Amino acid sequence: MATSDSTIESQRERGREALLRTWSDRPGFMGWLTTVDHKRVGRRYIATALVFFVIAGILAMLMRIQLSQPENNFLGPDRYNQMFSMHGSMMMFLFAVPVMEAVAVYIVPLMVGARNISFPRLNAFSYWIYLFGGIMILAAFLLDVGPEAGWTGYVPLSSSDFSAGKRTDFWAQMITFTEVAALCIAVELVATILAMRAPGMTLRRIPLFAWSMLIVSLMVIFAMPAVMLSSSFLISDRLVGTQFYNAGEGGDPLLWQHLFWFFGHPEVYIIFMPALGMISSIVETFSRRPIFGYTAMVLALVATGFLAFGLWVHHMFATGLPPLGNSFYTAASMMIAIPSGVQIFCWIATLWTGKPIITVPLLFVLGFFALFVLGGMTGVMVASVPLDLQVHDTYFVVAHFHYVLIGGAVFPLMGALYFWFPKFTGRMLSEALGRLQFWLFFIGFNVTFFPMHILGLMGMPRRVYTYPSGLGWDLPNMIASLGSWVIAGSVLVFAFNVFYALRAGRPAGDNPWGAPTLEWATLSPPPPYNFEEMPVVRGSEPLWPLDTDLPVMTGLAKDKREALLTTSTDALPATRWAMPDPSIWPLWSALALTVLFVWSIFSPWGVVWGAIPLAVVLTVWFWPKRSEPSLGGGE
Amino acid sequence: MSRAESVVGDLSELPDYNFGSTSLGWWGTIGFMLIEGMGFVLAIGAYYYLLPYESAWPPEQSPPSLLWGTLFTAVAIASEIPNAWIKRRAKNYDLPAVRFGLVLMTLVGVVLLGLRAMEFTALNVRWDQNAYGSIVWALMALHTLHMATDTFDSGVLGAIAWLKKFDGRKFSDVADNAMYWHFIVWSWVVLYVVVYWTPRWM
Repeated sequence: MATSDSTIESQRERGREALLRTWSDRPGFMGWLTTVDHKRVGRRYIATALVFFVIAGILAMLMRIQLSQPENNFLGPDRYNQMFSMHGSMMMFLFAVPVMEAVAVYIVPLMVGARNISFPRLNAFSYWIYLFGGIMILAAFLLDVGPEAGWTGYVPLSSSDFSAGKRTDFWAQMITFTEVAALCIAVELVATILAMRAPGMTLRRIPLFAWSMLIVSLMVIFAMPAVMLSSSFLISDRLVGTQFYNAGEGGDPLLWQHLFWFFGHPEVYIIFMPALGMISSIVETFSRRPIFGYTAMVLALVATGFLAFGLWVHHMFATGLPPLGNSFYTAASMMIAIPSGVQIFCWIATLWTGKPIITVPLLFVLGFFALFVLGGMTGVMVASVPLDLQVHDTYFVVAHFHYVLIGGAVFPLMGALYFWFPKFTGRMLSEALGRLQFWLFFIGFNVTFFPMHILGLMGMPRRVYTYPSGLGWDLPNMIASLGSWVIAGSVLVFAFNVFYALRAGRPAGDNPWGAPTLEWATLSPPPPYNFEEMPVVRGSEPLWPLDTDLPVMTGLAKDKREALLTTSTDALPATRWAMPDPSIWPLWSALALTVLFVWSIFSPWGVVWGAIPLAVVLTVWFWPKRSEPSLGGGE
Repeated sequence: MSRAESVVGDLSELPDYNFGSTSLGWWGTIGFMLIEGMGFVLAIGAYYYLLPYESAWPPEQSPPSLLWGTLFTAVAIASEIPNAWIKRRAKNYDLPAVRFGLVLMTLVGVVLLGLRAMEFTALNVRWDQNAYGSIVWALMALHTLHMATDTFDSGVLGAIAWLKKFDGRKFSDVADNAMYWHFIVWSWVVLYVVVYWTPRWM
C-alpha cells in the first residue's frame, strides 16, 4: 500500500513538472510583456486600476482644499474644471469598471475550475489598450489638454463652440480606449462562464460572483456600444463637421444625453453588480452556511440587469419630458429597489441563521449595508420628479452617488481585496491594520459626504470652483474637506498593509478562510496551470465539508496547453481545447490601435492610414506559426 | 496540494474541436456580433430620433438613389448561397471546397465593397450638410467597417487554407466566419430599408 501511494505521488509530481513546463511564461522582461496568464494580467489590471484610483483621489483632495473655504484661490476655474472632469472620468472609466472586471479576470476562471480565461491573448490585449488609454489621458491632462466638460461631457458644453482645442477630443478617445478594453473582457467572461465551467457545475451551481459577472458582462455588451457611438458622434462633430448634436442643422443636443445615459445608467449597475457577487462570496464564507435564497438571488441579479436598461431617462428629468415619460421612469427607478432589497434580505437571513465570523472582509460588507441603504434611500428620493428638479445638479446628487458608488461598490471591493489577497499573493493581510483602515474609511467617508446632502439642500450647485461666504455653506464644506484627509489616511493604511504583507505577511495556505468555491482548491498563489486535474462539482458549495476529497477528471494533456470546454447549461465535458501560448502580438496590436486612436484625434485620415499597420499586426497575431503546433501551426 | 483528490472520470477521449457552442471561436463570434448588432440598433434609434426634428425627410435633398444600393442588396442576398454552401462543406471537412469557397467569398466581399463605394457617391447628401446626412453616413460607414473586416478575415482564412495545415478547428473557424457573414448580410437588409426606404415612405 505504501509503495503504491508513493508511486502515485511521484507520478503526480512528474505531472506537475510537465504542467509547469507547459504553462510557465518565458523568463524575465519578455515573459512580462508576452504573458497571457489570466492571473498575471488580472493582477496588473487590479494594480493599475488602484493607481488610477489614487491619482483620481488626489485630484479630489485638491478640489476639497479649494472648496474648504469661501472665495479660495488655491485652484483657478479652468484647472478646477479639468480636475473634476478628470476625477469623474478616471474614477468611472479607469477605476471602477476596470477594477471590477480585473478581479473577475483573476477569480472567475479559478472559480469555475478552468485552466485559463477563454481568450487569453485578447485579455492581454485588453490590458494594454486600457493602460495606453489611461496614460494618454493623464499625459493630456499634464499638458493642459485634459477634459473640461465633466465626466458626462454634455453637448453643447463639449462642442467645439464651447470647448475649443483638443481637450474634449482626448476625453472622447479615452472613452473609446476603455470601452474597447471593457468589451473584450466582457466577451471573455461570457465565454468562460458559459463554456468553461467544471464538469457538474450546472447553471444552478454557478457561484453567485460568477453569476453576477455573467450578467454584468452581458450588460457591458449591450450598454457600452452606446457610449462608443455617442463619443464617436461627438468627435466627428468636432473633427469633420457632422451635425449630430447641432440643433441649427437638425441635430439635437439631447441625443447625446439619451445615448450617454443609455450607457451611463447601466454603467452604475455594471460597477455595482460585481460588488453584489463579492458580497455573496464573503457573506457565505463567513456565515459558514450556504447563501439563503440562491434562486431568488440569481433572479434578482437578472431582474436588476434588465431594469437597469429602463431607467436612463431619470437622469434627464430636468430636460423637459412628457409627463407620462416622467411617470414611467419614476416607476421604473423605484422598481429597481425591489431586487436590491431582495438581495439585502437574503444576505441578512444568511448572516442571521449562520455563525458569522467578523473578519475584515465581512466588516466591509457590514459597512456596505449601512452606506448603501442610505444611498439607496436618497436614490428613491431623487427618482421622484419634483424632488429631483429641486436638487438637480446640487451637492445632494453628489452625496447620493458617492454613497451608492463608494458605499455600494468600493466598500465591497475593499472587502473582496482582503478576502482574495491571500489567493493573489499567498500572504495574509493584517487584520488589525484592516480594522483600522475600515474605521478610518467608514468615518472619513461619512464626514466627507454626509454634509454634502445638507449643502445640496441648501442649494450649493455641483461643479463650481468657489462660492461666496455668508450662505451657510462654509462649515459643511470645511467638514467635508477635513473628512477627505481621513479617507486619504485609510488609503495609506491599506497601501502599508499590502506592502507589509508582501514582505512579511503570514503565509496563507490554500484555503485560509475555509471558503467553499473552487478557487480555494488550488495553491495560493495558484500555479500557472491553475489546477493539476480538472475539478468536478457535485453541489453548490464544492469544497464543503472541508475535509472531503476533491473529485477530479484526468486526461487533459500536460505537455501542451489544453483547457476543458463543457456544455452551457449542464456543464457536461465536451471539448479538449488548445489554448494559446504567450505572445508579443497582443502588445503590438494594442500599440497599433493606440496610434490609430491618437492619430484620429488630429485627423480623420488617422483612421484610414492607421488601419493598415493594425491589419498587418492582427494578421500576424492570428497567422498559424510553426512554434505553435497545437494552434494549427504544424506542418 | 493539501486536499486529497479522487479520480471520477477521464477526458482524454474528447475531441479537440467542435462546431457551435462547445467551441470558443463560436462564443467569440457571437459576442462580437452582439456588440456590433447593438451598435446598429442604437444608430438606427438615433436615425429615427432625429427624423421628427425636420419637417421633411430628407430635409432638402432627394433620398439616396436606388440603383447602387439595390444592386448591393441583391448581390449581398445572393452571396448567402455560396456562404451557406461553404458552411456545410466546412462541417464535412471538404478542404478543396473550403479553399475555393473562401476565395470566392473574399471576391464577393471585394465586389460588394466596390458597389458600396458607388453607393456613397449616390447618397445625395454630404455628411456635414445636416444631421440627416450625418446619420446616413454613420449607418453606411458602420456597416462598411464590419463588412471590410469580414472580407479581410475571409481572405486571411483563405490564405491559411491554401498555405498551412487546415485542422478540424480551422474548419470550425470557417463555419463561424460564415455565421458572421449572415450577420453582415441581414443587418444590411435592415439598414437598406432604413436608409433607402424610410425617406420614401415617411
